[in-house]
Amino acid sequence: MAVNSRSGIRRTVPLACRGPDAAPVSNQGKVMPQVIGVPKETAAGEKRVATVPEVVEKLIKLGFGVMVQSGAGDAANCSDDSYRAAGAQIAASAAELWSGADIVFKVGVPTADEAGLMREGGTLLGFVWPAQNPDLMQQLAAKKATVLAIDCLPRVLSRAQKMDALTSQAGVAGYRAVIEAANAFGRFFNGQITAAGKVPPAKVFIAGAGVAGLAAIGTAAGLGAIVRANDTRAEVADQVVSLGGEFVKVDYEEEGSGGGGYAKVMSEGFQQAQREMYAKQAREVDVIITTALIPGKPAPRLITAEMVQSMKPGSVIVDMAAERGGNCELTEPGRAVVKHGVTIIGYTDLNSRLAKQSSTLYATNLFRLTEELCKTKDGVINVNMEDDAIRGLTVVKEGGITWPPPPIQLPAAPPKPAAAAKPAEKKGHGHGGSSEPMSAKALALLFGIGALAFWFVGAYAPPAFLGHFTVFVLACFVGYMVVWNVTPALHTPLMSVTNAISSIICIGALVQVAPPVTEAVGRPGAWILGLAVAGIVLTTINMFGGFAVTRRMLDMFRK
Amino acid sequence: MSMSLVTVAYIGAIILFILSLGGLSHPETSRRGNLYGIAGMTLAVLATVFGPQVNSQGYAWIIGAMVVGAAIGLYAARTVKMTQMPELVALMHSLVGLAAALVGFATYIDPAATGHLQGAEKLIHEIEIYLGILIGLVTFSGSIVAFGKLSGKIGGKPLLLPARHWLNLAGLLVVIYFGARFIQADSIGAGMTPLVVMSVIALLFGIHMVMAIGGADMPVVVSMLNSYSGWAAAATGFMLSNDLLIVTGALVGSSGAILSYIMCRAMNRHFVSVIAGGFGTGGGAPAPAAGGAAQPAGEVVSVSAQETAELLREAKNVIIVPGYGMAVAQAQHTVQEITRHLRDKGVNVRFGIHPVAGRMPGHMNVLLAEAKVPYDIVLEMDELNEDFPDTDVAMVIGANDIVNPAAQDDPASPIAGMPVLEVWKAKTSIVMKRSMASGYAGVDNPLFYKENNRMLFGDAKKMLDEVLVALKG
Repeated sequence: MAVNSRSGIRRTVPLACRGPDAAPVSNQGKVMPQVIGVPKETAAGEKRVATVPEVVEKLIKLGFGVMVQSGAGDAANCSDDSYRAAGAQIAASAAELWSGADIVFKVGVPTADEAGLMREGGTLLGFVWPAQNPDLMQQLAAKKATVLAIDCLPRVLSRAQKMDALTSQAGVAGYRAVIEAANAFGRFFNGQITAAGKVPPAKVFIAGAGVAGLAAIGTAAGLGAIVRANDTRAEVADQVVSLGGEFVKVDYEEEGSGGGGYAKVMSEGFQQAQREMYAKQAREVDVIITTALIPGKPAPRLITAEMVQSMKPGSVIVDMAAERGGNCELTEPGRAVVKHGVTIIGYTDLNSRLAKQSSTLYATNLFRLTEELCKTKDGVINVNMEDDAIRGLTVVKEGGITWPPPPIQLPAAPPKPAAAAKPAEKKGHGHGGSSEPMSAKALALLFGIGALAFWFVGAYAPPAFLGHFTVFVLACFVGYMVVWNVTPALHTPLMSVTNAISSIICIGALVQVAPPVTEAVGRPGAWILGLAVAGIVLTTINMFGGFAVTRRMLDMFRK
Repeated sequence: MSMSLVTVAYIGAIILFILSLGGLSHPETSRRGNLYGIAGMTLAVLATVFGPQVNSQGYAWIIGAMVVGAAIGLYAARTVKMTQMPELVALMHSLVGLAAALVGFATYIDPAATGHLQGAEKLIHEIEIYLGILIGLVTFSGSIVAFGKLSGKIGGKPLLLPARHWLNLAGLLVVIYFGARFIQADSIGAGMTPLVVMSVIALLFGIHMVMAIGGADMPVVVSMLNSYSGWAAAATGFMLSNDLLIVTGALVGSSGAILSYIMCRAMNRHFVSVIAGGFGTGGGAPAPAAGGAAQPAGEVVSVSAQETAELLREAKNVIIVPGYGMAVAQAQHTVQEITRHLRDKGVNVRFGIHPVAGRMPGHMNVLLAEAKVPYDIVLEMDELNEDFPDTDVAMVIGANDIVNPAAQDDPASPIAGMPVLEVWKAKTSIVMKRSMASGYAGVDNPLFYKENNRMLFGDAKKMLDEVLVALKG
C-alpha cells in the first residue's frame, strides 16, 4: 500500500495517455471510466496472463482503461510493446498496478501479499476457489472488495458458456496432455506402412470424457491414434464417438451423472467392474490419459501400481488430475517420472505449457464476463445480483461474503428416461404421436359440456333435424381422424383440396336453379335463378381451380 | 334418376371425399387422393343435375354457369405462380363463402323451400339460414382481407381498433338481436331487413377479424378460413336438408380447424389468442418498448457470397432453413441448383422446415417441390432439430422468428416457448437477410449476434446466384 500517491491514475482517460510516464489527465465531472489492471502472475511456473493485446483493444472499446504490469505477458509471448500498441498503459511494479486499478484481472489465486496490495473497495476477477481458500476470502472481504470467482460460474446456464474459463482451460490442458504424451512416447501415433516396415498405430485410452478428456480424444484421434475412452456418465458416449473415439463401457449398470454435468462417486460394485476394465485397458494400450475429477473430493484412484506394471515398456501415462492427488497411484505431482518402464507425467502446469493459447482463451472469457458486467459500454461495471450467472460468480460483494450462492432455479432437465423414450416417440408421422392424453379432469368437464349440449338438442330439436345432426357430428369426427396424421409437407395441397371439396355448396345452388315444383305461389323465380347461377359460377371456379391447382402442386412432389 | 339413386350416389361421393382427405396425408398417395376428390365431386354434381331436384329447363343455365366457372378456375390454376399460392387459396375461400351466402338468400326467398314448414322445424330452418349466411359472409369478407394481406395489397401489420373486443361483442349482440327479429318476422319481406343488417355486420366482422391478425399468423388464418368455408357448406346442408353437404362441410370444417390447431401448436400459441389478434405489436403489453436493456450483445459479422460459397464447399453437412424471404425473392430455383451442386460433390444437404415458415401451412414444401428439390431431403423441424450440433453450415434464407434463440432463452420474449430451429448449434450459421430488420413478430433476433453466426445481406435471389457462381467457379 506504499504507493498511494499514484492513485490519481484512477482518474485517467486511458486513450489520452499511453505509456508509463505520461502524466495522468484528470477529467472530473463525468462518470469516470474504470481502469482494468493486469498484474504479472506470481505463482511459480505460471506463464499465463489474464489478458492479451487483442482483448485489450476490445476492453478499451467497452470504455475501460487498461493497465498492464511490465513483463506480465512475457512468458505468454505478449510483450509490453504489444500491450502498449493495443492501447494499454504499462505499470512498472505490482504495487503501482494494484493500487491504480479499479478492477484486477488475475489468473492464479491471489496470494495474501497480492490481496494486501489490493485497493480498498476494488474488484477482482479470476480464479479464487472460495471453498479451498477461506483465509483469502476473509482478507478480501476486509478490503471491502467485490470478487468474481470465474471458477464459481454456474456452468449449467447456456449463456455462461462464453465465460467458462474452466472449460477453455481444460480444453487447452487436454490438448497439451496428448502432446506431452506424444513427446514422451517412443513411436508414431498414427499407423504407417513405409518402405522401412509397418508401424502400428498407438492405442490411447482416455479416462474421463469431460472437457479435457474430449479435447484429448480429439487431439489424439487427429494424430492418428486409436482412441478409446470411458466415463461414468453414459450420456457422453455419443460425444466420444463424435470426436473419433471409441466408448468403452464398464460392464455394470449404474448412472454416474451427479448433476450439473459433473460425475459423482460410484458404488463399490461399479468400481470393481471399472477396475477390471482399466486393468484390461492398461495391458492393451500404449498411452493412458486420466482426467477423472469429482468436485470437492480427491481425484479417484483409477490406475494402480499393478496396472502400471502390466503396461508395455515405453508406455506413457499422463495424469491430468495430479494436482488433486492423481488418478494414478504412482503419479508424482508436477513431475514426469519413469516407473516400471512407464513414463508417468504428472505436470500440473499443462496450461502454462501452452501459455499463449491458454491466455488468449482466458482473456476472452474474462472479456465476455466484462461485457456482461458492463452492458452500457461506458467503462463502468455493474455487478447485477439479479442475473443468475453473475450472482453465481460473485463470491464477495462490497465486503460481504456472498458465497455459496443460492441454487439457480432451472427448469429441471428430464434426465435419462426422456432420452430413451424419444426414438420410440418419433415413429408416428405427423402430429398424432406427440400429443399427450388430456387430464381426467379436463376430459370430464368436456364430456359434461358435451352431454349438456346434446341433451339440449335432443330435448328441443325435431326428429328430422336430429338425423342430420347425427351425420354432422360423425362427419366432424371422421374429418378429425383423417386429417390429424397429415404430413406438414402436404398442408398446402390438403388445404387446397379441402377448399375444392367445399365447393360442394354447388349442389345447394344446383337444386335451386330449376326445382320441379315451380307452381308455388309468388315464387320470385328470376331472383332465385340469378342467385343460384351466380352461386354455381363461384363454386365451379373454386371446384375446377382448386382441383387443378392441387394437381399441379402434387405433381411437383417427387423424390 | 330416382331420389334413392341420388342418395346412394351421395354416399359414394362422401366415401370418395373421405378417401381424398386420407390420401392427402402422404406424398405417395396424394395424387390419388386428388383424383378421388375429383371423382367424388363429379359424381355428386352429376347425380344432382340428373336427379329429381333439377328439371330439364335448368340444364342450359347450369351448363352455361359451369362452363364460365370452369374456364375461370382452370385459367387461374394454370397461371398462378407457386409463390402466390396463399393468395389464391384465400381468394377461393372467399368464393365459397359468398356462394354459401347466395344460396342462403335464395333459399330464404323461395317459398317452395320454406312454405310447408311449421313450428320448431320452421324455427330451426330459419336459424340455419341465418347462420349459413352469417358464416358465409364472414368467410367471404375475411378471405378477401386475407387475400389482400397475402398479396401485399393491404399492409401486413395488424390493425387494432380501440376496444376491438368490445366492438366484436357488440356486433355479436346486434346479430343475435336481429336474429330474434328475423325469426319472428311473419313474411319474407319483413325478414329481409334483419337479414341485410346482419349481412353488413357479418361482412364488417370478417374484415375486422382478419385485419387484426398479424402477418406471422397468416397460416393460421388461412386454414381457419378454410375451416369456415366448410362450416358454411355444412350450414347450407342443414338449410337444404342435404346430408352430402353436411358431411362434406363437416369434413372440410374439422380438417381446417385441426390444421389451424396444428399451426397454433407449432407457434406455441393458443388458438383463441391468434383469433383475438394483435400479435406482432406486443398485444396489450408493449414489450418492444423495454428493448433498450434487453438488446442482444455482441457483434454482427457479415460475409460475402464468396465466403459463403467457401463455407459451403468445405462443409460435410448442410441444413438449409428457408422462410418467407425465399418465397418473396423467388429464390427456390437457385436454392435447388446450389443443393444439387453440393449434393453432386457429396455434401449432405437437407432442408429444415418450420411448421409456420411462410404464409401458409406447408408453403415452403410447395415452393421447394416446385423447384424439384427431392422431398425426402426436406424434413420437418422435429426430424432434424437434434442434428444441428453435427451440422457444419446451417443456411437460413429469409427466415427470422423461426430461428430465434430468444424463444428458448428469454422468457420475456413475445415468442418465448415457440419451438424454433436451433441453427445456432451448427458450427456456423449463415443468415441471408435484406437488412437487420426484425421479423413479423417484431422481435430482435440474438442469433445475429452469436459468435458462430454470419450475415449475408442482400436480396436472397441475387446473393444465392452469386453463391452459385462462386461455387461453380
